[in-house]
Amino acid sequence: MEKVIEAKSLTKSFGDFTAVNAITFHVEKGEIFGFLGANGAGKTTAMKMLIGISNPTSGEAKVAGFDVFKQRESIKNNIGYMSQKFALYDDLTVKENITFFGGIYGLSREVIKSKTQVLIKELNLEEVENQLVGSLPLGWKQKISFSVALLHNPKIVFLDEPTGGVDPITRRQFWEMIYKAANQGTTIFVTTHYMDEAEYCDRVSIMVNGKIEALDTPKNLKNSYKADSMNDVFLKLARG
Amino acid sequence: MKLFYVFIKKEFYHIIRDRRSLFILLGMPIIQILLFGFAITNEINNVNIAILDHSKDVTTQNIINKISASSYFSIKQFIERESDIEKVFKKGKIKAVLIFENDFSKKLLKNSHATVQIIADATDPNTANTISNYINAIIQSYTQELNKDVVVSYQIIPISHMVYNPELKSVFMFVPGVMTVILMLVSAMMTSISITREKELGTMEIILVSPLKPIQVIAGKVIPYVFISIINATIIILLSLFIFKMPVQGSLILLGFENVIFIVTALAFGILISTISATQQTAMMISLMGLMLPVIILSGFIFPIESMPLPLQIISNIIPAKWFIIIIKGIMLKGVGITYLWKETLVLIAMSLFFIGLSTKKYKIRLE
Repeated sequence: MEKVIEAKSLTKSFGDFTAVNAITFHVEKGEIFGFLGANGAGKTTAMKMLIGISNPTSGEAKVAGFDVFKQRESIKNNIGYMSQKFALYDDLTVKENITFFGGIYGLSREVIKSKTQVLIKELNLEEVENQLVGSLPLGWKQKISFSVALLHNPKIVFLDEPTGGVDPITRRQFWEMIYKAANQGTTIFVTTHYMDEAEYCDRVSIMVNGKIEALDTPKNLKNSYKADSMNDVFLKLARG
Repeated sequence: MKLFYVFIKKEFYHIIRDRRSLFILLGMPIIQILLFGFAITNEINNVNIAILDHSKDVTTQNIINKISASSYFSIKQFIERESDIEKVFKKGKIKAVLIFENDFSKKLLKNSHATVQIIADATDPNTANTISNYINAIIQSYTQELNKDVVVSYQIIPISHMVYNPELKSVFMFVPGVMTVILMLVSAMMTSISITREKELGTMEIILVSPLKPIQVIAGKVIPYVFISIINATIIILLSLFIFKMPVQGSLILLGFENVIFIVTALAFGILISTISATQQTAMMISLMGLMLPVIILSGFIFPIESMPLPLQIISNIIPAKWFIIIIKGIMLKGVGITYLWKETLVLIAMSLFFIGLSTKKYKIRLE
């Protein structure tokens, strides 16, 4: 399989504090990779290095085949990113938001137009396409946010706690969208706090105090830690 | 370039959709300039004064007539006793009392001098000063009339002529000041707020992950406000031209050019503020505290820099507003050109470059 993310001893320190301590892992093409860890374990810092908005202190990493030290600009063109805030502009309409985020990835006007139509149809947004995003429920914003991150057909999409504060039904629908994107060949790199979501991932890594303590398929992890659910695995690891 | 266009278009949406801010943005200069122009004034008009005339003769009557004939004073009351002076001041209507001594005419003719005392209410020291100066001047001119036919040896007569503002209109002083304050405030505060807002929303993160370059993001944020600031500057100049009859002696093109330079300086400062503040509130506080007070106090807008203590005079040099006020006063009132103002212009350009350099550096650090 093709490796789309490869990290070797990737480290980030802030002064004396080592937030990410020599993590080594890889993610394969089309995989749904769950990146778990307690708050403050170093997930977000690690992710920021991979998406090119934070400089690693040492180690190596390649994302979509490009070096995180030297080829950040190329990385940016090949990834999508959705933050935990589902950041869209509240004072822009659904359409305008899509046009803007497509536009800053350099998509042409025709491409944006046709993509917008497809997207609005898929998400059943026909009635609200000209409404300001601020007036929409959180779950809708989350779905739009995800679709926007996929707009430029990135090889990898990074999702930072994409389901925080969203109801179970919408979470379920959201994971269906993730599966669909993965089936079309997009690699998904997702951080989450919900252990039931960890079960949906192809492989899962669990970070504790800046290190990756476990990395395998959910099934193998449960076997090796003799646990019934990912929740138990996580508790066993996080408590040490 | 196309990415850039998309970004600017989005910025304009933000500005236009936020009706309230837009109204403040464009309404503020109009309200401010009218307020400063009409309400705040250092000129005196129809000041109420009282007279205590111990002699009541021809000369004192002549002087009183001259004073009441001027539009500066209106004589509200004649009092009879010294003890009444305190009373009229305490009532607050009367701002000055004029006291003529006994036998005024007689003394003047016999000893060739007589005294008149001016007592002014100095709870407002500036006004008191002005009142006393004006009364002095009126009496002086009357004395000169008396001496018309007499040959006095060794007389020095100062003839003062107020150039560039012969009528001493205070609005001539306020227009450059208000223009400076507004441009500084709109440019610096609004950009810093709009940048920190994206940080708060989390959209800044998304933009940083996108292929947009930092310089494109910053320029995209700034350009809409350049437009708004230019509109504001134009409104202020038009108002001062047509309502306050303030002249533009120098070149309008130069005035426009200098305005753009100052706007860029202020915007650069706004970007700098946004790099050091995490929230909109911090950005607003820093802009208000860090800009408003120095701009009003240390720029020479209201208080003359020359009369400040030396340390403040030195500090005033790092206030961009000081240089801009010198420039606009030069162009609008004196009609001087770039040959006289190149130094001030260079200072502003240097400051902009410094702020831009510093904020680009800071912006990068924030990404680490």
